[in-house]
Amino acid sequence: MDLAIVAGKAIFVLLLMLQVMGLGVFFERKVSALIQDRIGANRASILGFAGLGLINTLVADPVKFLLKEDIVPAGADRVLHFLAPCLAVIPLLVTFAVVPFGDVLTLGDRVINLQAAELNAGLLYVLAMASLGVYGVIIAGWASNNRWSLMGGVRGSAQMISYEIAMGLALVGAVLTYETLDLQTIARAQGELIGGWLPAWGILYQPLGFVIFAVAGIAESKRIPFDLPESESELVAGYFTEYSGSKHLMFMMADFVEVVLVAALVTSLFFGGWQVPWLARDGFHFPWGATVALSSPVVAVLQVTAFALKLIFFTWLQIVVRWTLPRFRYDQLMKLGWKGLLPLSLVNVVVTALVILLWGKAGA
Amino acid sequence: MAPLDWYLWLSALLFSVGVFGVLSRRNVIVIFMAIEIMLNAVNLAFVAIARHQGSMDGQVIVFFVMTVAAAEAAVGLAIIIAMFRNRETTNADELASLRW
Amino acid sequence: MSPAAFFVVAALAVTSALGVVLNRNPVHAACALVAHLFLLAVFFVGLDAQLVGVLQVIVYAGAVVVLFLFVIMLLNLQAEVRSTAGPALVFAAAAGVVTFAVLIVAALRGRTAGADAALGTGYGETRELARVLFTRYALPFELTSLLLLVAIVGAVVLARKKG
Repeated sequence: MDLAIVAGKAIFVLLLMLQVMGLGVFFERKVSALIQDRIGANRASILGFAGLGLINTLVADPVKFLLKEDIVPAGADRVLHFLAPCLAVIPLLVTFAVVPFGDVLTLGDRVINLQAAELNAGLLYVLAMASLGVYGVIIAGWASNNRWSLMGGVRGSAQMISYEIAMGLALVGAVLTYETLDLQTIARAQGELIGGWLPAWGILYQPLGFVIFAVAGIAESKRIPFDLPESESELVAGYFTEYSGSKHLMFMMADFVEVVLVAALVTSLFFGGWQVPWLARDGFHFPWGATVALSSPVVAVLQVTAFALKLIFFTWLQIVVRWTLPRFRYDQLMKLGWKGLLPLSLVNVVVTALVILLWGKAGA
Repeated sequence: MAPLDWYLWLSALLFSVGVFGVLSRRNVIVIFMAIEIMLNAVNLAFVAIARHQGSMDGQVIVFFVMTVAAAEAAVGLAIIIAMFRNRETTNADELASLRW
Repeated sequence: MSPAAFFVVAALAVTSALGVVLNRNPVHAACALVAHLFLLAVFFVGLDAQLVGVLQVIVYAGAVVVLFLFVIMLLNLQAEVRSTAGPALVFAAAAGVVTFAVLIVAALRGRTAGADAALGTGYGETRELARVLFTRYALPFELTSLLLLVAIVGAVVLARKKG
């Protein structure tokens, strides 16, 4: 029975993330179209139903990718060519195991913690999986027997390992504030109220940490403005030039899964995760005294919905950033990572530690 | 719960695989990788014995071994790059003397 | 860690270690090394050393082997053409066997037999490791940070192009 619960949680979080990813792909098309003052792809239809382009993005495109011929370039290393998309996607998918999507669900006498894997070193697990994501890029670049792929692969992996450091150090500030590495505990701690009425979301305690983490997260997923490894008009397609069909789909999926992953981490750490303001486990407790009693499944549904809405918001935000900003040149990118974000994150750690030492956790 | 002896057998086996790798390969970088295998076998023994005794000291030692091994890998690979620039080879047989 | 899980992971770990030492192509050997290090992290987590297991993935599998791969690609190393054969291979194998024998005899003689000790609460977690690290092992910790600084500067100086 316990195994069934764990399996159920894992399947639920996987499905939730895949749905948001599908929505993310759809948003990418439509939001980019709106930003560029056009309509976007909306011609593919089933029996006349085109669904504003939903059929095109979610049905026609995947079918097209799956049915394309799988070409391995001559002279390429076949084993590594096959392995690279797997290595790119799998670490990102398994990171969702530590993302909390709700508080607890009380069924009878069983209290289910709504987090698929309860590791006490959850944040370090996230960093570990981010480090493993580098292999997909570097092996894809090497295995393609193509000098543009190799350049894209080496650039991409150098960028990823540089921004991993800034990402990790930005997380240290959050760890100092909440004294735990477990994302569920951090999300729960953001339910407390400051001054009796303001939900203590992480952004109030760690504004600089949020900025650094968001920028480093976008750089990790190699999206514009940091997408020189993949630069669509310079290196053909960078490190996944020589991939077609399902393997190309895997790389694109890795891109969008990472968008959702960065959104999930940002909400869990800095925006309360699944917290709805003033909602506790037994119902609403408004600061002006009113309470609304709710049963546990209703509270859980509200929290999961809040989490999904926040995920969608941050996915949308990353897409808008992508279609608004120009691309960094590679040396500017590395300068930003090493000379900009790294010292800033160290300053953030020192200032956070000083504030906690002098004023306890009540200081922002 | 697997008994401690099994972990010690596995650690000894992995260490000897590493020794075989160091002595039988000619490529300097693969020799380096075999050294990493040896270090990790020792880490496994430390963690297993720490678990057996219920103390954290073994894990702290593993923490230090990991750090020192990472530093050693960085410096060693820098040396290999510098040697490659001078000698154009990474074959251990040809890198056998300090003067050319 | 249950015995069945131990045997499966141990078999995979030995196979990947042999894959590292026997593979002609250095990139394939590096990939086998990543698999080996990840399997050892699985062992660490099974031995209740959660922080060390995750650190193994971050430091070893996620950084050191990436460094190896960068150097292999920078130097454009191809598969070895001339392999070790004959007396040298026999000597290497014999050295491996002798090492194994010596180690296993020493280990089985030196260890205290008996069941595993009971674990305190929070064994293997970050808080416990940090508590021991910053109290009993504070001096090695500071020296290790100095060592890392020396390694960073040294690696940059050594690998720099002249002129």
